[in-house]
Amino acid sequence: MLGEGIIKGMAVTAKNFVGSYRDPERLTTVEYPEQRIPAKENARQFPFLVFDGDNPMAGLRCVACQICEKECPPQCIYIEKSKDKKPDHTGKPQFYPAIFDIDVSVCMSCQICVEVCPFEAIKMDTEFELSTEDRFGGLLLHREQLAKSVLHHRKIHPTEEAEIEARRVEERRKAEEKAKADAEAKAKAAAKKEAVPVQG
Amino acid sequence: MDAIFAIIAALTVVSAAGAMFLRNLVHCALCLAVTFGGLALLYLKLGAQFVGFAQVLVYVGAVAILILFAILLTRSGQDDGHNLLSNKWWLGAGVAGAVFVTLAMCVQGSFVTGNRIPAAADPSVKAIGTALMSNYVLPLEVIALLLTAALIGAVIIAQKEKETGK
Amino acid sequence: MDSTTFFANLAAPGFDQLFVTLKALLVSAFPEVIQPLVSIVLSISAIIAVFGLLFAITTVVERKGLGRIQNRPGPNRVGLPWFHVGPLSHLNGFGQWLADGIKTLIKEDIVPRSADKVIHFLAPLSLVVPVLLAFSVLPFGRNMTPIELDAGLLFFFAVGAGTELSVFMAGWSSRNKYSLLGAMRALAQMLSYEIPLILSALTAVMLVGTLSLNDIVVAQEAKPGQWLANWHVFTPWGFAGFILFLIAATAESNRSPFDIPEGESEIIAGYYIEYSGFKFAIFFLGEYFGLFAMSGLAITLFLGGWTAPIAFLSFIPSWMWFFGKLFALIALFIWLRGTLPRVRMDQLMNFAWKFMLPLALINLVNVAVWHYTGGGMVSWVVCTLIIGIPYLLLGRTLFAGQKLGPRTYRYAS
Repeated sequence: MLGEGIIKGMAVTAKNFVGSYRDPERLTTVEYPEQRIPAKENARQFPFLVFDGDNPMAGLRCVACQICEKECPPQCIYIEKSKDKKPDHTGKPQFYPAIFDIDVSVCMSCQICVEVCPFEAIKMDTEFELSTEDRFGGLLLHREQLAKSVLHHRKIHPTEEAEIEARRVEERRKAEEKAKADAEAKAKAAAKKEAVPVQG
Repeated sequence: MDAIFAIIAALTVVSAAGAMFLRNLVHCALCLAVTFGGLALLYLKLGAQFVGFAQVLVYVGAVAILILFAILLTRSGQDDGHNLLSNKWWLGAGVAGAVFVTLAMCVQGSFVTGNRIPAAADPSVKAIGTALMSNYVLPLEVIALLLTAALIGAVIIAQKEKETGK
Repeated sequence: MDSTTFFANLAAPGFDQLFVTLKALLVSAFPEVIQPLVSIVLSISAIIAVFGLLFAITTVVERKGLGRIQNRPGPNRVGLPWFHVGPLSHLNGFGQWLADGIKTLIKEDIVPRSADKVIHFLAPLSLVVPVLLAFSVLPFGRNMTPIELDAGLLFFFAVGAGTELSVFMAGWSSRNKYSLLGAMRALAQMLSYEIPLILSALTAVMLVGTLSLNDIVVAQEAKPGQWLANWHVFTPWGFAGFILFLIAATAESNRSPFDIPEGESEIIAGYYIEYSGFKFAIFFLGEYFGLFAMSGLAITLFLGGWTAPIAFLSFIPSWMWFFGKLFALIALFIWLRGTLPRVRMDQLMNFAWKFMLPLALINLVNVAVWHYTGGGMVSWVVCTLIIGIPYLLLGRTLFAGQKLGPRTYRYAS
């Protein structure tokens, strides 16, 4: 009968209307900024520098190898090496960056810097609400602003951090064993040297 | 001759003059619509409610739109650059003068100036309806037939055009 | 008027004559000479204030209602200014009309260089003025018709014809081919649906025997001793007439599903593409006022105007009934807008000329049959059959024959 479809359609819309009040899950709208969609694990926005421990500047993993600076396609990273060295997590003395600047307005979030870093020192953050009123330097982030704890990385990328942690623990163990073996070998050599003049 | 009549008459005459003298054809048509409105106001002032509203409904609502459609569908309404007055304007002035003299003589000889005012008619809608259905039913039916013929003719002409256009 | 009469009128029956007595009080405060003028000015300002506010609220309610129908919240950010008090700070978005109004007022008024300046300026005005005139004959309550005219219905349709001229002026003066195309389509639509509109309105006129809207409403009041009112919509011809009138009114005010002339995704804004800022707001206002006027007329002719459906409920003031029915009809229009897709232009015209016009004519015969057979059980059966059978037949034959085949193109020669 003509008009039947209209009546059925109006019943559907009426059900939608009433249902949207009774059942809040019907509304798929996320009312930003009061509500936010939680970021997925592989989300990436802008890079940040990882530090271990409590002291941001002392615990920075970055050794200023400048690979990320060379590989960055829009060249938004600026690094200046330090003059002195400090030990890394395996005990070896390394350089550290005196200046590490990323221009976040240029960065295109391609993650190449993360992929090429041999020291797991730079990772992608999920924070994007970086608007500022300073249009000339507001989005040029320095070393202090970029340094975030490894616990933050663990929170935003748990599986990746678990894998990295396992590897670093293994490296440290190997380094310690090597150090112990070196120390033993040195002690043995010293003992042998001492033992020889006694004989002759 | 009170103030309201003067205002309405001035409005009607000015817009009629505008409909004659304006260059843009669409402006002329719109001035004509204002003239029709002025006539409707005159009817209302005389107390003929039905005629006044019917004037607006038919003339402004239908005839003016018809004229505008005709202008739109036949020409762009741009200024053609012709002279406003044609070459043989004295012929037209003569005809207009003759019409004016005839109308003036009719008004002179009618009851308006001769103080022979007939009995006031009842302008209510009910009276008009009764009169249409009893005294004037034959003209009503003839006009209805004429309008139906015009409608059917328009449909046939449009259909024929569609067929020849194919 | 002394204080005892004033309070007597105020308190009985209920608040029915509240506004009438208020107006009489205000008018009597002025000297005798200018009292008619003051009375007119009061009526006009009351109409503009009430319907302006109704328009503003309708825009917000429509957006929120459509949002809820489409499973989204609708605007809920804008509250009233300086009203940030705890949980009421957003007012749930009901201040949106203020924000929109201020935005349209302060927007730049752009007029195309080659546009016809005078007509471009006059077009929005000539839309709003006839529609406001049309409000003056609607009976808003008992003794609350602003102008009591003997030929009220004819006046209503006569000024409705003025809106068509405005559509043409808007489309023509913009010197824009899409604007002109939209205006032509809008005019064709308005003219085609004018006929079923008037024919379906005529049924109520035929039965009651007068063109005066207040008399039509009074004729629908429940007689003493009757519990159900004589609303025309409770009769078969009245119900059919009401539905036809509503469909024609939807098409007259360019409202979904007949909003091809203003379809935002089709021809952008149709005949008011070139209007910005306040002129656009005036067009928008004029369209909604047209909707209110048509709804008001539908209520007057078929839904009993300011009368109560059940005699027991007549303690509720008459103007409250009128505005309650107006809100219900507006909600119905919003509901229809959220449900139905847009109708194509040729489908629209076919619908008007091949379906609604025959049914409206048959309805006229129907009301005559009803009148002459008295109105009892037999009349019910006969009249329902008279209108129902053509409806079913037309529904089956007209639209069933359209087979959807491969698309053929006809090029202009």
